[in-house]
Amino acid sequence: MNISEEELNRVEKKDLFTSGHRACGGCAQALAARLVQDASGENTIACVATGCLEVFSSPYPDPSWRVPFLHSLFENAAAVASGVEAAYKALNKGPVNIIAQGGDGSTADIGLQCISGMFERGHNILYVCYDNEAYMNTGVQRSSFTPYGARTSTTPMGNRTRKKDLPSIAAAHGIPYVATATTDDFKDLQRKVKTALSIEGPKYIHILVPCPLGWGHHGELSIEISRLAKDTGLFPIFEIIDGKVTNVRKIPVKVPVEEYLKPQGRFRHLFKKGVPTAEVAEIQAIANQNIERFNL
Amino acid sequence: MLKQVEGSYAVAEVVAMCRPNVISAYPITPQTHIVEDLALIVGEGRLDAEYVNVESEFSAASVVLGASAAGARAYTATSSQGLLLMSEVIYCIAGMRLPIVLTCANRAISAPLSIWNDQQDSMALRDAGWIQLHAEDNQEAADLHIQAFKIAEQTFLPVMVCMDGFILTHAYEPVDIPEPKEVDAFLPPFKAKHIVDPRYPRGIGLFADPRFYMETRYTLHRAMEKSETVIKEVSSDFAKTFGRDSGGFIKTYKLKDADLVIISMGSVVGTIKEMIDRLEEEGKKVGLLQICSYRPFPRYEIYNALKDKMNIVVLEKSISLGRGGILASDVRWSFPRAEKKDRNISSFIAGLGGRNIPMDDLRYMVEKVEKEPVEIEFLGLKKELIAEKDL
Amino acid sequence: MIEIRIHGRGGQGNVAAAELLSIAAFRDGKFAQAFPSFGAERIGAPVQAFVRIDDKKIRTREDVRTPDYLIVQDEFLIDTVPVLDGLKPDGLIVINSDRKPEDLNIKTTASIETIAATEIALEIIGRPIPNAVMIGAFCSVTGLVSLDAVQVAIMGKFPGRVGENNVAALERAVAIMQKR
Repeated sequence: MNISEEELNRVEKKDLFTSGHRACGGCAQALAARLVQDASGENTIACVATGCLEVFSSPYPDPSWRVPFLHSLFENAAAVASGVEAAYKALNKGPVNIIAQGGDGSTADIGLQCISGMFERGHNILYVCYDNEAYMNTGVQRSSFTPYGARTSTTPMGNRTRKKDLPSIAAAHGIPYVATATTDDFKDLQRKVKTALSIEGPKYIHILVPCPLGWGHHGELSIEISRLAKDTGLFPIFEIIDGKVTNVRKIPVKVPVEEYLKPQGRFRHLFKKGVPTAEVAEIQAIANQNIERFNL
Repeated sequence: MLKQVEGSYAVAEVVAMCRPNVISAYPITPQTHIVEDLALIVGEGRLDAEYVNVESEFSAASVVLGASAAGARAYTATSSQGLLLMSEVIYCIAGMRLPIVLTCANRAISAPLSIWNDQQDSMALRDAGWIQLHAEDNQEAADLHIQAFKIAEQTFLPVMVCMDGFILTHAYEPVDIPEPKEVDAFLPPFKAKHIVDPRYPRGIGLFADPRFYMETRYTLHRAMEKSETVIKEVSSDFAKTFGRDSGGFIKTYKLKDADLVIISMGSVVGTIKEMIDRLEEEGKKVGLLQICSYRPFPRYEIYNALKDKMNIVVLEKSISLGRGGILASDVRWSFPRAEKKDRNISSFIAGLGGRNIPMDDLRYMVEKVEKEPVEIEFLGLKKELIAEKDL
Repeated sequence: MIEIRIHGRGGQGNVAAAELLSIAAFRDGKFAQAFPSFGAERIGAPVQAFVRIDDKKIRTREDVRTPDYLIVQDEFLIDTVPVLDGLKPDGLIVINSDRKPEDLNIKTTASIETIAATEIALEIIGRPIPNAVMIGAFCSVTGLVSLDAVQVAIMGKFPGRVGENNVAALERAVAIMQKR
């Protein structure tokens, strides 16, 4: 489907995900949800997994959703969306933008089966993962997206595993479009949503969304921390179109990971009186690997 | 030692003292504090165990199944949606006679989504072949876990310890937390019966064709019935060792002269007992029969305790949609049809989705059933929220 | 039996306040029960926490509907949430506010005490978490729970500098209430 450069570059503000929801101050997921819905427009059906987003935006009787909203369980947003898509096909309805949405837990852990099925069967659905790197809604427990070294309530000594690479897993299913994004760059994020929606088939967009409560930083720093995640190389920004990595956002001046880690309470234990522990060097190594792999 | 602690904390401390070898953990409100406290206990080196952060409750149950089948003492905790997600595995564990202990922090079931307390979750798995014990307060919640491992490992039946989510898990109250050596003396090391071990190869979880399947179900059913002896013995031993009553089949309160008997289980019995004392001051004689072991169901205990009681009301935080009260149904079945046809057994459904159960509502219930029997009533229902045509 | 209901917004330490009061009452040799009532949101949503203190075992589990005392950590909740519901006519409300009780225009027969808890917390602890100040004011005025016990409870739950700062905030509140 063709989409003009002008439309791709336009930043949309339609408030299809309205204010008055109950997210914490500085929640980047709330911002991302609004950007995603607005980029998609009114002709959208949102299939949302249980999690922070669903809980703070959809209490009876005042949900924030101005597009149709369907919530079932924690693990099945992708499968539910597949059902909606199948119905639209069977009933010859549409076209409509079906966007399955969930956090890192519901996407990469408990929902991995369902998203893999959706990818593999080739449904025309965009899946957006809002990655705040832990099970935030239930109180900051670790997920497979929790980065190395982060303290969560179930990894009180610091997480020992590396972040699962879901963009690669998604691409390995042979889907036509994968992208990563952050909420400090509205234009880039919305452009990616619009690009995805213009392509037929399964699409996956992975958005890093800082969580002030879970990451242990002031709410107003969410945007800055998003930038630091990118500029350290810890969260590379790229697209994978038909299996090829492309449009990689290069980092002219690489920021040492310490600058990203220091403002966050979940990494506080990695600094003894300001002096970094050995884990910090390991985290820098992870950043360096990303820099090399994506040629950042 | 007596401490003022959160229910979840007490359970975690006591479970750690039971020395599980493998703990699987997946977060779900309101059980999370239990697995978080255990993560800290393991992380600090106070318990030598494998702590597996799994990716879903289905895997949490699968991990403890595998661990138990390999000879480890295994534990996990869940609630609500998590329990339902692991339901396939729950049946498997019982069918395989694996002595796993699981904490169910009772919570309502979606849809609509609710994180608050009721007992629909454990009720949904009541037929699976697990022993189900219900805690009245946090002391009993802690105590039941110690008993649970012992009961499980003697009967080779898995045990689900049920405690009301938020109401007990998140409540601070005094709990006597035992010393590790007291628990060690009470709970011997796990002697596994059938495990996967290359030295003694055996198959666990084979498929059974119509020639063999039925006998497995019969054996499991009989094992559940016979576990009554063990449940009572362990409770009695516990009382002798730790000096307090907890667990067992049923408990009664001011039953002897009662004109009306309330049957219930879980934390609401605390409010009921308080009300019974106040009613007594007002000249009313109401008694309580509190169920601790819900499965196996204390049918004969209930009958024997209440055969001369003509007015009974069952209060439960569960419902079989399209049929009515589940506990009420079990209680009604406990009395032979032929006998005393004018006995009233009323059914009240309360507290669903965390709806508060104030003493005033319980008084209303008492006053109502004193006048006439109630087939089924939802206590505290807000009729104004329901469309006329749906009433 | 004494019943206390704490009102605040998520993130103000309402649940911790209830827990600390219950731990302190326990240390004083009483029976205490504390439990929260909240939604699924994290920060900013209205939260209630309940405390019961008695000389004998507390068995009831219902919400506190007829409190003897209210602790209100966010004064603006009074307009949006039925904070005063069920408060005993001769009860006492301690409100986090820099205004005088009579300037708050609250219609009640209960007595009211106010203290600028957020400001004091910011000054002494460096964070706008008013609960230690509110507990200090509450204990000072009611004498329900001993200050020693509360201090030990705070240090037990928040060891190190955090606990020390909170105890200092509590002591400031006590000093202010005693001067009145």
